[in-house]
Amino acid sequence: MIPASFEYEAPTTLDEALDLLEKHGDDAKILAGGHSLIPMMKLRFAEPEFLIDINNIPGLAYIKEENGYLKIGALTREAELEHSDLIHSKYPIFTDASKLIADPQVRNMGTIGGNIAHGDAANDHPAVLIALNATVEITGKAGKRTVPIDEFFFGFYSTAVEENEILTAIHVPIPSNGTGNAYHKLERKVGDYATAGAAVQLTLDSDGVVTNAGIGLTNVNPTPLRASRSEQALKGKKLTDETIAEAAQYASEDCNPSADLRGDIAYKRAMVGILVKRMIQKAAERALS
Amino acid sequence: MAREITVTVNGTPHTLEVENRLLLVHLIREKINLTGTHIGCDTSNCGACTILLNGKSVKSCTILAVQANGKEIQTVEGLAAPGEMHPLQEGFKENHGLHCGFCTPGMLMRSVELLEDNPNPTEEEIRWGISGNLCRCTGYNNIVKAIQWASAKMRGEETPSTEPEFVS
Repeated sequence: MIPASFEYEAPTTLDEALDLLEKHGDDAKILAGGHSLIPMMKLRFAEPEFLIDINNIPGLAYIKEENGYLKIGALTREAELEHSDLIHSKYPIFTDASKLIADPQVRNMGTIGGNIAHGDAANDHPAVLIALNATVEITGKAGKRTVPIDEFFFGFYSTAVEENEILTAIHVPIPSNGTGNAYHKLERKVGDYATAGAAVQLTLDSDGVVTNAGIGLTNVNPTPLRASRSEQALKGKKLTDETIAEAAQYASEDCNPSADLRGDIAYKRAMVGILVKRMIQKAAERALS
Repeated sequence: MAREITVTVNGTPHTLEVENRLLLVHLIREKINLTGTHIGCDTSNCGACTILLNGKSVKSCTILAVQANGKEIQTVEGLAAPGEMHPLQEGFKENHGLHCGFCTPGMLMRSVELLEDNPNPTEEEIRWGISGNLCRCTGYNNIVKAIQWASAKMRGEETPSTEPEFVS
């Protein structure tokens, strides 16, 4: 399969890329890792007239802590997240997610920015960023703006990134002491989208009381879903079998999965409950270690 | 809708005009005439088209040829000089790491990066490492053994026995 014809430019500065976007508007698509876009172009699900390849723009791939935030450049590859010592030691939820995304070759190309900007609730980073209360840095000709993750996803393939803007970074608040996080998805085989996935971040005080909870769900709602009732059920409480079960129950009730080859609705709700329970336990273990 | 690009393939630079929509795997197979890189699923699932792009294993069916402009490509043809074998190729030969051979070039190119990143992988690490490569013949056991054999050889250690295991 070969994509339909298109124009292609590979600018070497962000300004040039933004100029091209300004000129071509919604006829243009940004090409980052390309492992969602190119398959869609081969299948004619997407037929952009103009591709703006941002892979030759320096300075868009980094992982660093700065001014109270973990900052991840949009062009950072999944493989870089997977193998980063900083990520592995302080933000293991990204290691959990990255190593379950597709396969090693795809992770050498796929980027965290593309994973978010694609606006697909089946992707894994959206739920993670919901659990971590991230903000998304978006750059346009007028400069940079940041959007909280809860205001980022509008609908299927639709996000807060305007047609003349580029998603340039993810900002995650550096968690306080006593914080742990974890992600897991159930997948039928390597490379499949999640049947269901759960991302959890918990902060526990010295008495073991949950002072903060973030829970995001993958592929069980038209948009990436925050399990708000589950978060509230944990806050101010100690983690017991009962509080964990209550939070898991709320998540399975509040999601809106659709039936497909990966399972029917009842099965997916049950899997959400189990994944949320297990990720609460794993996040708590990591918070205490 | 075409442009001139320069790619270095197995050490040899090639400058050629390509359509923007040409896929990297077609550039390699049809413009540069290196047909060792295979097209299996054409949907970035099977890994038969795996090559090294600037040293990283990638699926060339899901990359545009124009994206490779200015980059180094290594294909299975570049693994060893004619008449010689890379330790991985030798490992696949010694351990019967292939039946039909269709997946083999992709398996080899993926394994090159796998062993560069991790010269002494466990069996589990090998299985995760080749999780993006499908083989429909072998059941993977002999592929895993082949990679273990090559890893021992490349570390300068004694290679494991290639005698088949019989269950009594």
